[in-house]
Amino acid sequence: MSTGNMNLTLKVWRQKNADTKGAFVTYKAEGISPDMSFLEMLDVVNEGLIHKGDEPIHFDHDCREGICGMCSLYINGHPHGPKNAITTCQLHMRTFHDGEIIVIEPWRAAAFPVIKDLAVDRSAFDRIQQAGGFVSVNTGVTIDANAIPIPKVIADEAFNSATCIGCGACVAACKNASAMLFVSAKVTQLGMLPQGQPERYSRVQAMVAQMDAEGFGNCTNTGACEAECPKEIKMTNISRMNNDFFSAKLFREEGVHEHATGE
Amino acid sequence: MSEFKQTFNSSLGKKLIMALTGLFLCTFLIVHLGGNLLLFSNDDGFGFNVYANFLTHFPPIEVIAYLLYLSILVHALYALILTIKNRKARPVRYAEVNKSTATWSSKNMGLLGSILFLFLVIHMGDFWFNYKFSDKLGFKEYKTDLATGETKSGIYQASPGFEKSVSVENNVEIVRVKDLHARVASSFSNLIYVIFYVIAMFAVSFHLLHGFQSAFRTLGWVHRKYTPIVSAIGTWLFAVIIPLGFAAMPVVYYIQSLK
Amino acid sequence: MSLDAKIPEGPLAEKWSKHKFNLKLVNPANKRKYDVIVVGTGLAGGAAAASLAELGYNVKAFCFQDSPRRAHSIAAQGGINAAKNYQNDGDSVYRLFYDTIKGGDYRAREGNVYRLAEVSVNIIDQCVAQGVPFAREYGGLLDNRSFGGSQVSRTFYARGQTGQQLLLGAYSALNRQIHLGKVKMYTRTEMLDVVTVDGQAKGIVTRNLITGEIETHSGHAVLLCTGGYGNVFYLSTNAIGSNVTAAWRAHKRGAYFANPCYTQIHPTCIPVTGDHQSKLTLMSESLRNDGRVWAPKTVAVAEQLRKGAIRADQVKEDDRDYFLERKYPSFGNLVPRDVASRNAKEMVDDGRGVGGSGFAVFLDFADAIHRLGKDAVAAKYGNLFDMYYQITDEDPYKQPMRIYPAVHYTMGGLWVDYNLSTNIPGLYALGECNFSDHGANRLGASALMQGLADGYFVIPYTLGDYLATIGPKPVDTKHPAFEQTKQDVIARINKLLALKGTKTVNEYHRDLGHIMWEYCGMARTEEGLTKAKGLIQALRADFWKNAIVVGANEEVNASLERAGRVADFLELGELMVDDALMRKESCGGHFRLESQTPEGEAMRDDEHFAFVAAWEYKGDNQPEVLNKEVLDFEFVHLTQRSYK
Repeated sequence: MSTGNMNLTLKVWRQKNADTKGAFVTYKAEGISPDMSFLEMLDVVNEGLIHKGDEPIHFDHDCREGICGMCSLYINGHPHGPKNAITTCQLHMRTFHDGEIIVIEPWRAAAFPVIKDLAVDRSAFDRIQQAGGFVSVNTGVTIDANAIPIPKVIADEAFNSATCIGCGACVAACKNASAMLFVSAKVTQLGMLPQGQPERYSRVQAMVAQMDAEGFGNCTNTGACEAECPKEIKMTNISRMNNDFFSAKLFREEGVHEHATGE
Repeated sequence: MSEFKQTFNSSLGKKLIMALTGLFLCTFLIVHLGGNLLLFSNDDGFGFNVYANFLTHFPPIEVIAYLLYLSILVHALYALILTIKNRKARPVRYAEVNKSTATWSSKNMGLLGSILFLFLVIHMGDFWFNYKFSDKLGFKEYKTDLATGETKSGIYQASPGFEKSVSVENNVEIVRVKDLHARVASSFSNLIYVIFYVIAMFAVSFHLLHGFQSAFRTLGWVHRKYTPIVSAIGTWLFAVIIPLGFAAMPVVYYIQSLK
Repeated sequence: MSLDAKIPEGPLAEKWSKHKFNLKLVNPANKRKYDVIVVGTGLAGGAAAASLAELGYNVKAFCFQDSPRRAHSIAAQGGINAAKNYQNDGDSVYRLFYDTIKGGDYRAREGNVYRLAEVSVNIIDQCVAQGVPFAREYGGLLDNRSFGGSQVSRTFYARGQTGQQLLLGAYSALNRQIHLGKVKMYTRTEMLDVVTVDGQAKGIVTRNLITGEIETHSGHAVLLCTGGYGNVFYLSTNAIGSNVTAAWRAHKRGAYFANPCYTQIHPTCIPVTGDHQSKLTLMSESLRNDGRVWAPKTVAVAEQLRKGAIRADQVKEDDRDYFLERKYPSFGNLVPRDVASRNAKEMVDDGRGVGGSGFAVFLDFADAIHRLGKDAVAAKYGNLFDMYYQITDEDPYKQPMRIYPAVHYTMGGLWVDYNLSTNIPGLYALGECNFSDHGANRLGASALMQGLADGYFVIPYTLGDYLATIGPKPVDTKHPAFEQTKQDVIARINKLLALKGTKTVNEYHRDLGHIMWEYCGMARTEEGLTKAKGLIQALRADFWKNAIVVGANEEVNASLERAGRVADFLELGELMVDDALMRKESCGGHFRLESQTPEGEAMRDDEHFAFVAAWEYKGDNQPEVLNKEVLDFEFVHLTQRSYK
């Protein structure tokens, strides 16, 4: 199965589950092709482990084309590896050189506990979105899609924020393990569009409150998140969210929107 | 009130406090530097001493001064709280050091701030505390001939409780005031002290290189047109001109003391 | 047995409205007494779960990923069709209906497809209301583009990430219902079986992928929204985790599997570079709007290109064969996917393939760059060009892209009637998981449309009819069927964990993929398919003897998860081959070499094969039984598709 001629040394974090302590284990990755993706390289190592009856290295992955946001890995000091604007599944081995030592760690954050080896639990992100990352419309609206024109610049800006894939690289890169880039991307997307206006100020309060409850750190505007974001989400989202948050808290009447449960 | 409490207990609220106190301290730096430039006027400390007296005795400025001290304490305290929380947010550190692109200053605000806090304690203990609460400082008498405008200075032996007097006798204005200038000159003749000052000014530079524009980001004041201006002010005024100006004082005085 | 699709009577345009009126309703106060299970949370599942919860039902939703936002709907690039006619270019519900029927090579139901076209307009309204940032024009109104095989601009898009934006819209609606407590979301949970009680679906058995716990969940109805089975080919544009398990387990519990051999091979994917490859990456079909597909005219030139003796841009205009433009002057590079794919294969079979392996043709943007400028091309396709560069290390602004077809979508799936109900009452299939609307070939930008149509606008009506019929009595979870099904699942897991052979599950999967691609791919023959059937049977038998599965059940165990899925693919593969053998005609994505026109185009046999093949499971290693649903075409006239 080996098709290439690169030989690498991997130092991989292995941890059985959330309750046990982990440690680095060294593996040889041999016969690696530069055309392989990083995850395909790990596939090769795992096939070797399975052949020996050992447990393969566990990591999250799914689409392998850089859009689902499931893959992670902190590779040689970089979330998603050393190249900009790509996810780990889009990282190819030609980025590395023969004989290189590659250190692979899981995302490290209190809010992202390790599940096994390199996979972490990012459900905190879901809970933040559940707290307010939506427009409250039921299925079956009858307003024609073109009834509300949206200036192209606004639509494009909102789109830029909406491209977040929820991978958590921003948290992994931030020295404070802050989730501000992730949260602000959704707050900004919906806060810029006319559809998001009615809940703009309750949304930001609800999402920030949930973010704080999850135990993420505080933003100190270092910009590491922006630098490592595979979708190049900008820090201006954070400032926009701050602005909305302070407006909401200090000057607006509405508090966090209490939803009727329908019961 | 509880809503405000909630606001300032939130992560963003704490950052708001950091930003507001930080920016307030920034504006003070401009005033402070402006006043201290009097150290460079060759009048045996006349202007500087009068200015020091004004700052410590004009009530509105006194109020602002205490706000300032409070800001420093709050800024430092919140920095501490935030740092502890940030550490908790990543209980297991990375083995491989983070190589993400971020400026050195932005990643070391805590270190820089700690240096600055230490500096402020020494700086204020040396000048402000001694000026206000001790009798270690002498007084000086400046006699200005109002006809010629010529000023002569000399030591004045003040009785306890004396602060300042201005009188005119025979067309000569006599100003008697505490001599902070002498204290400054003596401190700045100590090489170790000067080196410490210069290091502290480097810390100011790097702290504000990140801090000034970061405060604007935290406040949410970003704009395609204005953010570059903020950035330029933060870099050139706060990270270059102001620290250079402050650092020049001990260096110049030290060089003069060698003569 | 003949199957009743329950298509409503009456004129095409009135079928759905009339049907909606005739469906029973559930009293608003009673809705909360019903539990509905939704498996899979992509476009169809996410939309269904959110919409049903909004109506007041209690929804339990399941996905095997760590979050509903990861579902593979997210990877759809190009766009979503809707008959809005915003461009005033002659589009209409009827035209979208007609194009879809024709594009599907007349192997889809008229009633279903018309309904799909009809609700397509609501989908766009719905998504915009949710804050989906579709592309807009400077006037602030929505932009459209034309998309594979269509002569009107009816495709709405969000750069090359339409699927992502639509999925995140459905995800946000789902999140709102989770927040309100109307949806209970189970992530990292894989469905491993359906529980049927007295012939009705009443629950599912799942495995918690973190703890390994096997659990049963009950509901008044079970909705399978679990996507397609393209990964039976090992290499496809599907996500690594995409699998057939939920649908296949349902099939083994009695649900018919329809048209399994209808596979869409997408023409514009990045070619395979080696055996290490784990998946194939699609380059959006929209590229064919400006890119020109060509191969060298002669084998000699192709030979030189393959050896790297010359670069593609050095090939003279006279030595290039723009084969799609040459053969299909009116559609040119925009012919439907099946046609484009088959032609690329022909070039390769003819010895004119390019790239190191010879399994590729060119998609050239030189003309577009010359005509529009590099910046304009970058604005349109920049992210795709970057993606291509990332994977291949070649700059498509300078050299033409190398592309080759890859498995992309499966038109087949669980058989459902007009109400999206399988033949098991209470068991529904939505989205790619069912077989219904695309016939033998799906048109570009129609998958998103169908997934959302099913989830947002069809199931909320049709499910109510069934629920009203069975009444809100709580499901009896004490019924022995629950425990029995759970024990079946545990027994199967134990059987897998006992496999301590010599060959990894991945290796079996790759072998199966090779067989499927070789014999059940773009061109199929009686001889090849017969051979494939034997090979698959042998491979499956070998799997159950010699596969290696490591670890235990009570932990995170990717090896076990993979083994279960591949074991199901090994069974499905054979059924696909059976279906392809049975269907002696060519139609859409199913091309039998024995049935082609003199010009080499797919030749249908409407007299014998205008039916849906719904296969019925009869026990392990028993031949499946074919049930036919005859396709009646009342409104369109069956013709040989022509894109000349």
